[in-house]
Amino acid sequence: MPMLNILIADDEAPARNRLRDLLTDIGNNHVVAEAKNGKEALLRADELQPDIVLLDIRMPEMDGIEAAQHLQNLSKPPAVIFTTAFDNYAIQAFDMNAVDYLLKPIRQERLEKALQKARALQPQQLAALAPLSPRKTHLTITERGRILLVPVDDIIYLRAELKYVTVRTAEREYLLEESLTHLEQEFEHLFIRLHRNCLVAHAYILGYEKRSSDEHGEKQWVALLKHVPETIPVSRRQQHLIRMT
Amino acid sequence: MKNTGRLPNIRNLGILLRVLIIANSALILVAYTLSTDPVDFFQRMAAISALAQPMLLGSLLLLYGCYPLIIRLNYQQGLVATLTLVMLCTLIIYMLFVRLWVFDDLPELSRILFAAASISAITLYYFNLRYRAQSPAVTEARLQALQARIRPHFLFNSINAVLSLIRSQPKQAETALEDMADLFRVLMADNRELVPLAQEIALCRQYLALEKLRLNERLNIQWQIDNMPPDAMIPPLVLQPLVENAVYHGIEPLASGGTITIQIYTRLNEIHLVLKNPYSTQNNRQHGNKMALGNIKERLALHFDLEASLKSRQEKGEYAVHIVLPHQKQKH
Repeated sequence: MPMLNILIADDEAPARNRLRDLLTDIGNNHVVAEAKNGKEALLRADELQPDIVLLDIRMPEMDGIEAAQHLQNLSKPPAVIFTTAFDNYAIQAFDMNAVDYLLKPIRQERLEKALQKARALQPQQLAALAPLSPRKTHLTITERGRILLVPVDDIIYLRAELKYVTVRTAEREYLLEESLTHLEQEFEHLFIRLHRNCLVAHAYILGYEKRSSDEHGEKQWVALLKHVPETIPVSRRQQHLIRMT
Repeated sequence: MKNTGRLPNIRNLGILLRVLIIANSALILVAYTLSTDPVDFFQRMAAISALAQPMLLGSLLLLYGCYPLIIRLNYQQGLVATLTLVMLCTLIIYMLFVRLWVFDDLPELSRILFAAASISAITLYYFNLRYRAQSPAVTEARLQALQARIRPHFLFNSINAVLSLIRSQPKQAETALEDMADLFRVLMADNRELVPLAQEIALCRQYLALEKLRLNERLNIQWQIDNMPPDAMIPPLVLQPLVENAVYHGIEPLASGGTITIQIYTRLNEIHLVLKNPYSTQNNRQHGNKMALGNIKERLALHFDLEASLKSRQEKGEYAVHIVLPHQKQKH
């Protein structure tokens, strides 16, 4: 059996140490890195390509469930084994969808067994776990084979192009393979659909202005945004939204 | 709780408040029934109040003074004594009004005595009913049901943390297990009697030592308890569940951690417990918090009735719980 490369993700140092001890006892593996939260786990996994990620569920910044979702976007998704001290909802979902998990305190035999049968999560398993982390904090964007994490709070607007969605932050634009409708459903608490092809973050709307558009000389409402010079036209059908604000 | 006999403890603020509400409701009802329009209502109300309030307050004052004597009597004797005192006080104040010519149209004495007796009887009947609803058996049962429960999340994570210490730092593991044993001893004890505040603080410190093991530098505690009366009696496990909440909802979701502030002081014979923790609006685990607060609120009510209160608020990324309870000293 080849040597297993393992990444440990847990926000508590004692929990990480305990896993390290157990893995040393089991042998035939190598801990490539430790991460203190889901975001760090994701970036480390992208960089080091471990075979297995031992992923705690409850972590700050980004929880284990969300991290698992993003891990699947890596070019070589690792196998995921969740660890948790107590989380009724998650455990129910794991059992129903045959997802590997370990209960803390973890026993050596259980860990050994889990390592042997560990494999990457299947799409239907991921879909079943999604409701456990209802509000994603980041979007993962693959760019030249690398993973980029964009905090949802930094996104000013999302615009549908032909095949992609453009993600605009104050610094730059990213391309994301995702449907705008899906994004709208997921982040409806943060974004408003001002135009058929554009979702704008409430937090970044400065105000609205009536401007004449070049083509027809007709006046049209546009949204002015913080941090970026461009404006977003408001479609006729959405103009009632302006009056509400 | 013990002194809520069938006769009301007139020296309890909550009881006094209830008596005032019942008596004044009766006065309002009378004024409303007699009145023809709102203006007339207020005039009548003023007239009735001028006559009745002194009698009401005088009676309460007299009962307050005689309370130690009244509670020595049995229930029937107590009822008679209470009614007699009220009648006596009403009579004296009526005489005073007659002598001083304060009112030009005083109602007949017999009517006033009848009204005072009726209102007293209704009030006493109410307290008798209330006493039966809250008889010791019922109260004890409720207190038992309200025994605080520790989060399984905390239990298993702590055991996991201790396991990680056994090989590298056995001394620290020992201390941690001892703290855990103490903590569970209190949690599993019969927690129906009041305990000294200092004992609850010690418990919180042990609990926090365990959490510190897991969270290390992420968890900071600021104790502001220099003006705390250590011998004051409080219901057990009032503070610890709140500290646990603060760690779970306030500190754990923060990657870089934060500070929990615990402030305890006395003011005007009341003890104030104020607990503050950072609070991020993003975190979507709020259930559980309400449960602990509800539990503490109910136990405070069972022990102190209206004299204790619990308020919580969140603003500007901070969550604060403020408990006020009467300062009871340890009985020797």
